[in-house]
Order: sequence, then structure tokens, then C-alpha cells
Amino acid sequence: MTLEVFGYAFMQKGLIAGAAIAIICSLMGTFLVLRRYSLFGDALAHMAFGGISVGLFSGVYPLWTAYAVSILGSLGMTKLRKSTNISGDAAIAVLLVSGFGIGVLLISASGGFSVDLFSFLFGSILLISNEDTILILGISAGVVASLVLLRKQLLHFTFDEEQAKVSGLNVDRLNYVFVIIAGITVITSMRLVGILLISALIVLPNITSMLLGKGFKQTVITSMSISMFSVVVGIVLSYYLDLAPSGTIVMISVAILVATLVAKYLGLVGKSTPITKTI
Amino acid sequence: MSMKALQVSDVSISYNGSLAIDKVSFDVEEGDLIGIVGPNGAGKTTLFRAILGLQNYSGVIKLFGLEGKKYYSLLPLIGYVSQKVNFEQNFPATVSEVVAMGLLSERKMHKNATILQNCGYCWNRVYKKINKDSDKVLEALKTVNLESYKDRRIGELSGGQLQRVFIAKALVKDPILLILDEPVTGVDVETQNKFYSVIKKINDENKITIVWSSHDLETIAKLANKVACMNRQLFFHGQKEEFFSNKDLLKTYTESAMYMHMHHH
Repeated sequence: MTLEVFGYAFMQKGLIAGAAIAIICSLMGTFLVLRRYSLFGDALAHMAFGGISVGLFSGVYPLWTAYAVSILGSLGMTKLRKSTNISGDAAIAVLLVSGFGIGVLLISASGGFSVDLFSFLFGSILLISNEDTILILGISAGVVASLVLLRKQLLHFTFDEEQAKVSGLNVDRLNYVFVIIAGITVITSMRLVGILLISALIVLPNITSMLLGKGFKQTVITSMSISMFSVVVGIVLSYYLDLAPSGTIVMISVAILVATLVAKYLGLVGKSTPITKTI
Repeated sequence: MSMKALQVSDVSISYNGSLAIDKVSFDVEEGDLIGIVGPNGAGKTTLFRAILGLQNYSGVIKLFGLEGKKYYSLLPLIGYVSQKVNFEQNFPATVSEVVAMGLLSERKMHKNATILQNCGYCWNRVYKKINKDSDKVLEALKTVNLESYKDRRIGELSGGQLQRVFIAKALVKDPILLILDEPVTGVDVETQNKFYSVIKKINDENKITIVWSSHDLETIAKLANKVACMNRQLFFHGQKEEFFSNKDLLKTYTESAMYMHMHHH
């Protein structure tokens, strides 16, 4: 088999951008999953749908309105959680439906679905321009840099929020910074698998790596590798099989998770440390 | 004369309209191992939360003579082990990674600290030749006798081991004060005894002031040099010997403990 597939410019762009997205989604996802915010990405993406429709409706570049609406929405949700008794999962549901509601409303008002909208819903990684690729790379670098810089604070805060507070962390501020980075990550990643499948990239590689890894560092690296593998293999495979890249990527991640679960069940992996509750 | 590490004066805390703590005052001197005894629901945890800046109160609390803004700047240097740590059982972190979290608020030489505190810092960093974070983590794990567990996943440990890990996490930052809230609740006797020797060692060798709460008098009798006895109000504060020789006080304590106990079930 010749690797002609790598010769195409759209493939190269798709693979480079896809790899960058794989990294930021899995990295951000580790914290999101551990903080029981697994569906937060989904809510942000639905919010982004509202944002995109605002853009399409008003003639502003949809990606910018998506960023604005999602970030404002996620900050609003954090505030909502903090100042009322609404629980985390319910707050996520509120965010999700209100974002999607605005979207459906504005789209019906502006005359129905367009190609643009479909590409946001289901992903369009092979259609991105040079500018998009550079933008995705730039934003990804920023996200990775901020997460690396804040890794100790975020880890402590994720592990035990109260202890983090006692040790002098400004927990509220960190939480706001966290949701802003999450918002940016999700909107940037939408181009790869689309609004409807974004949670897959955030959640699946992390659940798999948590089954395998012992330490935090190891889990992050494993999750990133699984994510990169799924994206790269997914894009290439989708080309040969003539399938949608987004669905292929997600189903590869699912397959890896299922395989890991089976392997674990059969005792093929994760046997190295028997769980001994010694004194 | 040794320095006062902690001064609690006339502290009251109301909780949903009722007084959880009523005008409690006591001092802790540097190097003390003070046992705060009181039945379940006596307000020990609430008092600790006030000391840690997590709970509003009326009255005055001073740390090394400091209050207000300077007090808050010292807060991160308190090592606190809470009664229950609610963490995700499957949290993917090794024991040493958890202990290293404590380094986030490590004691640094800064102008708010006294000369003595700065010297303590220098001593640990220079004479013990500890300069890498991983060395500090290992040193803290050695203190609690868990160095062989450093690469284990945190969720694999038993309750007693977990408490020791959290103590190591509190120790790694070189705390000026260690607050332990009922650290051996639900832990078997053998583990408790191991734990006591660790605490004694930290107090004797590392010269760390410890505030320890328990509803179990025996624990306090074994370890503490001072006792504060409370149930919403403070009944006694002083040397351990004085407390245990006061039969009336013991009787009152036992009765109120029994009462609280029956009330709870």
C-alpha cells in the first residue's frame, strides 16, 4: 500500500490540526473527567452551536461568536453553580439546552440549515484552510502552555478543592480560568469531530488511560497517546473506507476502550499491583 | 519563654442560628502537642475550620502573634489533615504525586516569617541536603513509614495508610503548625499505635507544634502534653496531668460524651 494519502495537502492539514486537537482535548479532558465535568464539553459545544447561529444570523465570523457565547455561558454556569443550589449535572443541562435552544431559534429565523452549520455539527477536519490550521495550532499551543503552567494547581484543586483552598490557592479564580480554557479547547476542537461528538474526544481516551495508568503523569501521557492514535488512524482510515472522519475517530476511541475493558476483565492488563489492603 | 503558635480568644461561631462554639479561648505554645477533646458534635471541626479561614467567627485568632492580613499569609503554612478526605477512589495519582501536592504551599523564606522560621527553612534545605522536590517527598514518606508505597496508586491504600499519606502531604511543606482532625477514626488498634509513634516522632524530632482532636481520651492520655476539653464551651485547658487527675472534670466529660452519643443514635 502506498502512502499516497499523506501527499494530499488537505490530509496534511487535517492530520496536523487533528493531532493538535487530540492533545488539547485529552489534556483538558483529564481534569474535566476527574472533576465530574465529563459532559461539560458537550454543554459548551451546544452553547457554541448557539454562538455559531448568532454569527450566521448577524454576519459575524461564526467561530468568534462561538468562542464568545461559550465562554460567557460557561462563566455563567460556574456562577450559577456557586450562588445557587443547582447541582453540577443540572447546571450543565441548563447550559446545554439554552445554547441549543438559541441556535434552533436563530436558524429557523434565518431560513434553515446550511452547509456551514452541518460542518460545525459533524466536523469538517478535511475542509479546513491554511489559516484555520495555523489558528488551531496557535490556540492549541496556548492551551497546552497554560495547562502545563497550572498543572500543579489544577491537580491539587481537582483532587481536593478544600485542601487546595487551605494551602492558599484562589480556588474561585482558578475555577474561572479553568472553564475559560475548557471553553477555548472545545470550540477549537469542534472542527475535528463536530459539536455532537466532542465529548468523545474529551472523555474516551481519559477513561481508557485511567484504567491503565497508575500515576497522574502516566495517565496523561497514555491518554494523549490514545487520543493521537485514534485521530490519526481515524482520519487515514476514513479516507480509504470513504467514511466520515469524525465517526471513524470516535468509534476507534470506543473500540480501544472496549478492548481495554475486555483485557482488564481477562486479567491481561492492570494486574501488576494486586489490590492489597494491608495495614 | 517559648512563643505562642496559636492563640484563640473568645471565639464564637453560630451555625444556622444556634451557637456551635461559645466563647472558646486557649493558647498553644510552640512545640506543644495539644489534644482537643470533646464528644462528637462538640464543635472541634468547626473550630479548626475557623482557624483555617474556612469559617466565619467572632473573636480573635492569632498565628505566631499575627492576625488579619499577615495571619492569612501564614495560613498556607499550616498542615491540615481533615477527618475525611473525599477524593475520587479511582483518582489516577500515585502516593508520591499526592504528597507532592503539599509542596504547592511550601515554606519559602519571606519577610513575614520570623528569623527563627527562616532558619528552620534553611536548616531543612541546606543541612539535610534536601533540595529536590522528589527528595522532600521521599523524606516526608519516610517520616510516616510509607516510603515503599510511593509508586502505588492512591486508591489502593487502606484507611490508616491514607491518613499517613495525608500527614506526609501536610509535612512536606515544612508546616509551622499541624492540625489533625480525628485522624484515627475508623482505624484498627494496631494501626493506631503505629500512627501514634509517627505523631510523637514528628513532634519530638521535627519540633512541629501539633493540634490534635479526638473524642477518645485514651489517645490524648498517651500522646499530648496539653489538653483542651470542649463541648461548645471550653471546660478545661492546661497540662495533661492536671486534666486526668481532675475526677469531676472527667466525670462531666464522660457524661456529656454519653449524652451526645445517645443523642446521636
